[in-house]
Amino acid sequence: MLDEARVVIQRDGDIIAARQKGRDLAAQAGFTGSDLTLIATAISEIARNIIVFAQQGEVSLHVIEKAGKRGVMIVAEDQGPGIPDIEQAMRDGFSTGKSLGLGLPGARRLMDEFEIISQVGKGTTITMRKWTR
Amino acid sequence: MPVPILKQGGILIASLQTAVTDQDLIQLQDDLSDRVGRFRSRGVVIDVSALDVMDSFATRTLRNLAEALKLRGAATVIAGIQPDVAFAMVELGLTLDGILTALDLEEGLDLLTATLREGDHSVG
Repeated sequence: MLDEARVVIQRDGDIIAARQKGRDLAAQAGFTGSDLTLIATAISEIARNIIVFAQQGEVSLHVIEKAGKRGVMIVAEDQGPGIPDIEQAMRDGFSTGKSLGLGLPGARRLMDEFEIISQVGKGTTITMRKWTR
Repeated sequence: MPVPILKQGGILIASLQTAVTDQDLIQLQDDLSDRVGRFRSRGVVIDVSALDVMDSFATRTLRNLAEALKLRGAATVIAGIQPDVAFAMVELGLTLDGILTALDLEEGLDLLTATLREGDHSVG
């Protein structure tokens, strides 16, 4: 059984807990040095997205394996308002006024894989993965 | 936990801790702005060497803080951005254009002292 962890996101301090857990788990998966910082930063962005837009949600972190390679999968889930236009939200510099508009597109650049599923009025799930080199 | 602020001569030094929250950063904006007025400080060094992540919120808050302090007549240096953190910021598209930066606290104090001295000459 590969490791995993869950962090409930309800206040800004939880963002720090999520990225610290993410860093620990990524180290267990075999990531080192700057990759740990990239992963922690991406977690910080998507966890903050939960606080800003949905007020609460959960970030789960998983060590994963594919074709002999290890990696981490991070899933951020909320039951918030959802994102009406994902393409627009993923564009650099697009912002609803609550941020720089770099959070989501930035997190995508920091990771290898990035998916958003969002339904207006139901919530948003972001799944991102990064593989060891 | 509030960010501790030290006063050294005419300079204020704020040292961010690893687990600084969004709320702490917002509090720091108010505290520094207040103290620059109270102590008539002309320079501020924000030491971020303990931070393992500088995300878009932290960067925007520090940039706004530096710009607001400039409007209050104080120069700000952001010191000690770690190498991995710097790379992650570049990947995110975050910059600190127009903000003074330095390798560490010591360099930050030197830079600030030099900047303030230069300012005096241009006036005199």
